[in-house]
Amino acid sequence: MFLQTKSLTAFYGDFQALFGIDLTIEAGELVGLIGANGAGKTTLLRAITGLLPAGPDSIFFNGAPIGGMRAENLVRLGIAMVPEGRKLFPSLSVEENLKLGAASGRQGAWNLGRIFKLFPILEERRHAPATKLSGGQQQMVAIGRALMANPTLLLCDEISLGLAPIVIAEVYRALPEIRASGTAIIVVEQDIAQVMRIADRLYCLREGRVVLQGPAQSMDRHEIAQAYFGALA
Amino acid sequence: MISWLDIIVQGFLVGGFYALFATGLSLMFGVMRLVNLAHGDFIVLAAFAALALVQQFNISPLLCLILIIPLMAALGYLLQRLILNRTLGKDVLPPLLVTFGLSIVIQNFLLLTFSADSQKLPLGTLTTASISLLPGLNIGLYPLAVLIIAAAVIGALQIFLYQTKLGAAIRATSDDATTIRLMGIDNRHIFGIATALAFAVAGLAGVLMGGYTNFSPASGPQNLLFGFEAIIIGGLGNLWGTLLGGMVLGVAQAIGAEINPGYQVLAGHIAFLAILLAAPRGLFPRMAG
Repeated sequence: MFLQTKSLTAFYGDFQALFGIDLTIEAGELVGLIGANGAGKTTLLRAITGLLPAGPDSIFFNGAPIGGMRAENLVRLGIAMVPEGRKLFPSLSVEENLKLGAASGRQGAWNLGRIFKLFPILEERRHAPATKLSGGQQQMVAIGRALMANPTLLLCDEISLGLAPIVIAEVYRALPEIRASGTAIIVVEQDIAQVMRIADRLYCLREGRVVLQGPAQSMDRHEIAQAYFGALA
Repeated sequence: MISWLDIIVQGFLVGGFYALFATGLSLMFGVMRLVNLAHGDFIVLAAFAALALVQQFNISPLLCLILIIPLMAALGYLLQRLILNRTLGKDVLPPLLVTFGLSIVIQNFLLLTFSADSQKLPLGTLTTASISLLPGLNIGLYPLAVLIIAAAVIGALQIFLYQTKLGAAIRATSDDATTIRLMGIDNRHIFGIATALAFAVAGLAGVLMGGYTNFSPASGPQNLLFGFEAIIIGGLGNLWGTLLGGMVLGVAQAIGAEINPGYQVLAGHIAFLAILLAAPRGLFPRMAG
């Protein structure tokens, strides 16, 4: 088991957002995480990356308990995230944002040159302030920045949010190449058709619980719709 | 005519001190949104530390800087890691309360240790030497040197923040102290470094000030106020603006003092308020983006 959560719970103050999540992902696998707004998808990613506190025995990475570890230390272990809303650093140029992604010092296949090969437009705009780019280009910077950490697990939170369909296709085209480098990926996505095309397996969350899981190929839309919205008469 | 020119030039020169007072404040606010109400007291603490060294070992105050600057930086780092980091959060009040408390603690510590007497670091003729630009217009070498040092400090900080890896990490932390952790960088450490830098400059400012004007355990808040005013006049987030803000403040004070010695500080405050009314974001606000 590469990454495993066991009865993972998470809280925002007194508000409980996750109620015992059991999720597994194998090395190199691509797992889709779907669910309505407020289902707990982003919360789950934040707990895995250490941005939210988690119980010590509720998350295991390569067999070792990582729950409650600080986010900056988890990056050094190989868990990187493309956060929701991209969260680029506006004071920094495109290149500075990307270089900061390598601050954890992890070695591997990804470096500035390879990111520029994956997203050639970023090389052209490398000296521009990061937030002056178009939405799609900003998303590429966010993905590139996470890849610079040479993660073995990449968490992508709503990387299609607010982008035009043609741009979404462009961003998603990068995922197979990222997988090919041996990185496991968890993709949080609102667009179910999009995620079903690329994911090996799907988890559907509702109100902080896993309500459906299985291989993406074998799921039918009716089943997903029911899990997504709850009992439909 | 020449006497007014003289007044303005002297005011300009004093701006170097105010810019040095302000730089640390500006850094800490910029990176952590933390207003250090004890900043002026830490400047005075550095001056007293230099005084103690001078009295103990009979060395030049400027030689003390070799020791004071790294000591202040270490103090800043520890203070941030051990105390101030715990006060940071959504609520802006805890850091204000804690640094206000620190200000009182430092003032009373200095009062107990050094008494309430006004002190001055002995720099001999260094502070009175001057060069004559025009008949009737003399420039004090010491304040000129301080102004040059202030400009050098700001220039060095700019290069550090914009040309180095660590500088980029500090700017990124200032943008978003949570997301920086996803880069594998401990934001608590970056905060510590920012405060260490701020305190190093405060140490420099304290010793340079101590050789030029009298200081006492109660001088801190006034230094803080002048620093604040220099920042606001110059425009928040712009270190070069802060230097110019310090000069504006210095000139206003010099003009006030010329009219009536009692108006010196008041004139500075009036200029500050006038600029705040006319340009609430300061004279040189940082460009967006």
